[in-house]
Amino acid sequence: MRNFVRGGMLAAAAGAALAVGIAAPAMAQRDPAYAAARAAGKVGEGRDGYLGIVGQPTPALQRLVDDINIKRRAVYARKAQENNATIEEFAFTAGCQAISRTEPGEKYQAPDGSWKTRTSAPPDRDPRCP
Amino acid sequence: MTRAKLTGPAGAAKTSAKSGTGGRAVAGGWRRQLGAALVPAIMLGGCINVNAPDKPIVIELNINIRQEVIYRLAEDAADTIEENADIF
Repeated sequence: MRNFVRGGMLAAAAGAALAVGIAAPAMAQRDPAYAAARAAGKVGEGRDGYLGIVGQPTPALQRLVDDINIKRRAVYARKAQENNATIEEFAFTAGCQAISRTEPGEKYQAPDGSWKTRTSAPPDRDPRCP
Repeated sequence: MTRAKLTGPAGAAKTSAKSGTGGRAVAGGWRRQLGAALVPAIMLGGCINVNAPDKPIVIELNINIRQEVIYRLAEDAADTIEENADIF
């Protein structure tokens, strides 16, 4: 009985910690410059799970993409280790999902490497994507 | 797919080697000479087969591992994107 109560309290505490941990980053939104570049089709979701520049790169655009990709890679590395997978495997899987989540008008990279504009139709993804 | 091709030639080389030395019906000295001539040729062929596909094998493994692993990672990858909405 006592064990049960203590277990319940522990679970509640863990749940609260988890909720706080998830809620804080989820609140974060895209940087306005990133959101604008995305909407304008200057950057797109690459098939490897990283952001890519579509068309002519500029120093500002390159800096923006590098900044996001460095952060993505850090997240991929941590998650890959947790799942006993390689960074490339986790990045590729996340890329599948990120391409699925693109909105009409945004750019994504097709399996052949070309950049495509997302329409209301499902995106052209790698056949290995879940 | 390519993997099957890569292992294919190796298997074929072995069986041809077996059939070369396994031709016991042929008379003694003749057979020895034939074997001596065939063995270096077969070994040479084997060496070329092993060295050439070094790079394709590495790519092949990545593709094979991914296909199985991707489904295992899918759920966590979706969570990761939602938890890091600012960089996705």
